[in-house]
Amino acid sequence: MKKLGTLTVAALCAAAPAMAELVIPDLSYRTGPYAAGGIPFSDGYQDYFTLLNERDGGIGGEPIRVIECETGYNTEKGVECYESTKGEGALVYQPLSTGITYQLIPKAEADGIPIHTMGYGRTSAVNGEVFNNVFNYPANYWDAASVAVNYLLEQNDGSLDGKTIALVYHNSAYGKEPIRTLNALGEKHGFELTEIAVDHPGQEQKSQWLQIRRERPDYVLMWGWGVMNQVAIQEAANVRYPMDQFIGNWWAGAEHDVTPAGDAADGYLSLNMNTINPDYPVFEEIRAQVIEPGMGAGDGSNVGKVLYTRGMYAAMLAAEAIAKAQEIHGVTDITPAQMRDGMAALEMTETRMKELGAPNIGPVFAVSCQNHGGSGEGLVQRWNASAGAFEPLTGFITPDASIIEPLVQEDSLAYAAENNITPACAE
Amino acid sequence: MLYREAGDFKTSYAKDNQTFPIKFDRTGYWVILIAAAVVVPFMVNDYWASSLLVPFLIYAIAALGLNILVGYCGQVSLGTGGFMAVGAYSSYKLMTAFPWMDMFSVTILSGVITAIVGAAFGLPSLRIKGFYLAVATLAAQFFLVWLFNKVSWFYNYSASGQISAPERSVFGILVTGPNTAAWAQYLFCLIFVVVLAWVARNLTRGTVGRKWMAIRDMDIAAEIIGVNPLRAKLSAFAVSSFFIGIAGGLFFTVYLGAVEVGEVFGIQKSFLVLFMVIIGGLGSIFGSFAGAAFLVLLPVVLKVVGVDMLGMPTDIVAHLNLVIVGGLIIFFLIVEPHGLAQLWRLTKEKLRLWPFPH
Amino acid sequence: MPDQLLFGMEVALNGLMAGVMYSLVALGFVLIFKASGIFNYAQGVMALFAAMTLVGIQNGQVPFAHLINATLGTDIHNFGWTVPALAAILLTVVVMAIFAWLVNKFVFSHLVNQEPIILFMATIGLAYFLEGVADLMWGSEIKTLDVGLPQGINDWLETTTFDAVGYGFFIDNLDIVATIIAALLVLGLILFSQYTKQGRALRAVADDHQAALSVGISLNFIWVLVWSIAGFVALVAGIMWGAKSGVQFSLSLIALKALPVLMLGGFTSIPGAIIGGLIIGVGEKLFEFAIGAPYLGGATENWFAYVLALIFLVFRPQGLFGEKIIERV
Repeated sequence: MKKLGTLTVAALCAAAPAMAELVIPDLSYRTGPYAAGGIPFSDGYQDYFTLLNERDGGIGGEPIRVIECETGYNTEKGVECYESTKGEGALVYQPLSTGITYQLIPKAEADGIPIHTMGYGRTSAVNGEVFNNVFNYPANYWDAASVAVNYLLEQNDGSLDGKTIALVYHNSAYGKEPIRTLNALGEKHGFELTEIAVDHPGQEQKSQWLQIRRERPDYVLMWGWGVMNQVAIQEAANVRYPMDQFIGNWWAGAEHDVTPAGDAADGYLSLNMNTINPDYPVFEEIRAQVIEPGMGAGDGSNVGKVLYTRGMYAAMLAAEAIAKAQEIHGVTDITPAQMRDGMAALEMTETRMKELGAPNIGPVFAVSCQNHGGSGEGLVQRWNASAGAFEPLTGFITPDASIIEPLVQEDSLAYAAENNITPACAE
Repeated sequence: MLYREAGDFKTSYAKDNQTFPIKFDRTGYWVILIAAAVVVPFMVNDYWASSLLVPFLIYAIAALGLNILVGYCGQVSLGTGGFMAVGAYSSYKLMTAFPWMDMFSVTILSGVITAIVGAAFGLPSLRIKGFYLAVATLAAQFFLVWLFNKVSWFYNYSASGQISAPERSVFGILVTGPNTAAWAQYLFCLIFVVVLAWVARNLTRGTVGRKWMAIRDMDIAAEIIGVNPLRAKLSAFAVSSFFIGIAGGLFFTVYLGAVEVGEVFGIQKSFLVLFMVIIGGLGSIFGSFAGAAFLVLLPVVLKVVGVDMLGMPTDIVAHLNLVIVGGLIIFFLIVEPHGLAQLWRLTKEKLRLWPFPH
Repeated sequence: MPDQLLFGMEVALNGLMAGVMYSLVALGFVLIFKASGIFNYAQGVMALFAAMTLVGIQNGQVPFAHLINATLGTDIHNFGWTVPALAAILLTVVVMAIFAWLVNKFVFSHLVNQEPIILFMATIGLAYFLEGVADLMWGSEIKTLDVGLPQGINDWLETTTFDAVGYGFFIDNLDIVATIIAALLVLGLILFSQYTKQGRALRAVADDHQAALSVGISLNFIWVLVWSIAGFVALVAGIMWGAKSGVQFSLSLIALKALPVLMLGGFTSIPGAIIGGLIIGVGEKLFEFAIGAPYLGGATENWFAYVLALIFLVFRPQGLFGEKIIERV
C-alpha cells in the first residue's frame, strides 16, 4: 500500500497547504451502477480546470484546486463528500444526483455555498428569490419536456391535436419530473399523454414495450437513467418502434446508452442542453495541454463525447462565474458568497463562447437574481450509428414559458411556505 | 490482568443479574456513556456528526431492531429498508400535519406506526421459515417502496416526490433542518440509542426475550413447552419494526433531511442492515453496535487513508474499499464465525489471563 | 381489430420468455444450495464478473489496466488483439473454474460444518470482494457484448399469427435462443447428474454430506465442481441479460429477479427453478397488463413477483418442488 501511494500521481488530490486558491469540489461517481455516465462527466469537468491552470495559471491569476470525491451516486456518501470538502473553502457544488441535490439544497442555503445543478435537481430552483444559492441554468427538466413538445410541434406543422405521446419514465423523483409539464402542455396542444412507468433498475421492460407496440403512440418520450436507457432502446428496436419518433431526455442521450443496441439504434433522438461538436478548438487545447502531458482525469478517450462535453461545459460555466465574481468584487480570491453573486450575474454570449474555444456550445443566456434558470433552451440530437456519434439535428429550441413559469412559481412558493422563507434576492 | 474479573464477588441475586455483572465492564460502560454524552458534544463538528457519528447511531438503532428479529427470534428479514421508509414517511406526515408536535413524539409515533405495519407483514412468518421467509419479507420491501413512490398523499403531492424535513425543535433547540447544530443532532440521536439499547437489553433477558430465543432455537419445541408462537413471532416483528421505524424516522429527519424513497430505502439498505447484524454478531446488543460501526466507519476510514493520505484516484479507492470490506468479512468469519461480538468475548477471555496465558 | 384476449395471450407468451430468463439466474442459486446448503448471495455478481471477463477477453483488454496505470504511471489498455467469441467463452469458463477453486480453497474449506447463516454471510463478503475486483479488473464502463446472438422480433411468428388471427404476436429472437439454451442446460445437468460418476457423487453430497464423505467422495472436489458449474450458469445468464443491456454493474441486480423464482420453485429443485420462473414471468406480466398498468399506475412487476411467490408459499412453505421440511423435536 505504501509503495502504491508513493508511486501514485497525486495531481488532483495532493493535500496542498492552505494558500490562496479557488477550491472546486467534484462530486463524481466513477463507480456503482451509473459509473458509465459519471466518468466522462467528471473527466470533462476536471480537465477543463486543469487546462485553465496550465494555460492561464488559473482564473484571474488564482490557481484552481479540484477536490474529487467519489459518491457512487449514493446520497449518504454525497453527504460525507459535502461535509468533508466544505471546510476547504468550496466555491460551488455540482452534486450530480437528484438525491444528493435535494439533500444539499437546504444545507447549502444554511452554509451559504452555491449549488449548480445543470439540467437536473430541483426544477423550481429557477426562482432565485426562494432558492438564493441554487442555480440550474442553462435548462431544467420542465424546459426539456417543453422543448421536446415544441420540436414535435415543429414536425407537425404547429399542431399536435389528437396525437398520442407516451412517456416512458424511471419510476423515481427524477422520472416523474416532466409529468406535470406534459399534462399542462397536453391540455394546451390537444395531445394525449400515456404514462408508462419502469421500475428501478429497468432491466426487464417487456410489459412496457408490448404496451407501446399495442397502442402505437405517435411519439415516445423517455426519462430514463442507467441500465433502463440501454434496455429501452434495445426493446424499442425489437418492437420496431421508429427511432425518429423516440426522444430521450438529456440523461438518456449519451454514446453508452445507444452503443449496446448497435446499428438498431441508428436515428435515435435525444435532447441536449449543449451542442456536440468534437472539433471544438478547446478540445484540441485539452488534448495538447492536459491529456498529452498525462494530467488528464481520464485516459483521454472520452474527450468530445456527449457527457464529457457536458462536464466541460459545466466547468466552463463555473469558471465564467468565478471570473464574473472576481470582476464584481475586485478580488481574485473569492468567497462562496461572492461566487453566488458571480453566478447570479453570469452572462453567456456568442462571442464569449467563441473566445472560449467552443462556439455555440450552449444557448445564449443571462442569469439574474430572480431567474436562476437561464434560457431553458435545448436542442435535439440524432444518433448516427455508422459514424458512432450524436449529431445536432436542430438549433436551440425555446421552451414554452407560459406553461413553465406558473408551475415554477407554484412549486417554489410551496417550498418557501413549508420552510418559512420570505422570497427575496440575496443581499 | 488488564481485564479484572477475578475477585468480583456477588452476595445477592440482584447483583448477579446486573446487565454488566463484572465491575470492570460496568465502569467501562459508564465511562463510555458519560464521554459520549458530555465530552463528545463539545468536540463534534459538522463533519464528524454528519459523516460518522449520526449515521453510526442511527444504523445502530436499526441494527438493534433487526437483531431482535433475526438474532433473538430467528426470523430472517430483508424488509428493513421498507420499514425504515415507513418510519420516515410517518415522521414526514406527522411533522407536516401537526406542526406543533415535538420531535420526540413524532419519532416515537413513527416507531409505533412502523410496529403495526411490521407486525402485519410478519404474519407470513407463522408458516414460512428460514431463507424462504427472508425472501418473503422482500415482498414487503418492494411493495412499500413502490407504494411511497406511487401514492402522492405520502409526499404531500409535491412535484418531485421527494420529502424534506421542516425545521423542528426540542426544548427550543433545533434538531431537524439545515440550521441544526452538530451537537444537537448527535445528542438527539444518542438519547434514542441509549434508551432503546437499554430497552432491548432488558427485553431480551426477560420473559419476552426468552420466548423469542426458544422460538429461534426450535419453534416446535418451544410450542410444546408453552410458548405461543403467534404472539412471540408477532411481538418480535412489532418490537423490531418499532426500532427500525425510529431509525428510519431519524434517518430522514435528523440525518439526511431530504429523502427519495427508492434510492435511500431501497433493497440495498435492507441488505446493509442485515450485514451489520450478521457481522456484528447475531443475538448480541454489543454486536449491533460493532456491526454498525464496522460498516459505517470502515469505508470512511479507507477513503480518508486512500484518497487523502495516499493520494490514490477516488475510483480505485472505492473499488479497493469493496475488496477490503469483502475480504475482511471473510477473514473475520474464518477466524471467528460468530461475528465481532464473539471476537470481543474471546478477547476478553484472553485479556483476563494476560500476560500469563495457560 | 384484435381484442384484449389476443393481447393477453401475447403478454403471457412474453411472460413465459421472461420467466426463462429469470430461471437462468435462479439455476445457479439452486445448484450451489443443493450441493452445499449455501445460499449464494454472490450469484448475481458472478454473472456480472463472468460477462465482464468474457467481453474483456474478447476485446483483448488488459486486466487491472486502470490500477496498473495509476500505480506505475504507464498507459496500457489493450493487448491489441481480439479473441473469437467461442474461444473467449471457453476461456471465461476456465476463469470461472479457477475462481471456484479459489473460493473453496480460501473461503469454504475453512468454513466446513458451519451454520447456513454463516455460509450466507461468507457469500456476502465474496460478493463485495468480487464486485470490487470485477471493476478494478475490467473498468466500470458499459461494454457491448457481441457473441453473435440474434436480436429483435421473430418475423415468422409475427406473420404466421397475423395470417391466422389477425394480430402479429411479438417474440424476441433472443428469448427464443434463451429458451433453447435453458432447455439444453437443464437437459445437460440432468444427464450429467444421472449418468456420470461425478454427477452421482454430486447427488450423493446433496443428499447427505457425511454419508457421502464416508463412502469416499471428496467434498472439496464436488464443491469446486458445483461452483464451476454455477459459474458457467452465471456466464450464460450474464450473456443473455448482457446482450440486451450491455455489460454493466446493474447486471449484478438480476439476482433480485431470481429470488421470487427460488422461493416459488424451492431452493433445492432444478425443475422448480424452471417452472417457478415461468409462473413468475407469466404472473407478473399478466398482472401488470390487466391490473397494474391500467389501475395502479404501473411498475408493479417487482413487488408482484414477490407477492405471488408469497401466496404460493403460504400453501406450500417449502416451495412448489422443494424438499418437504420435516421437523423433529
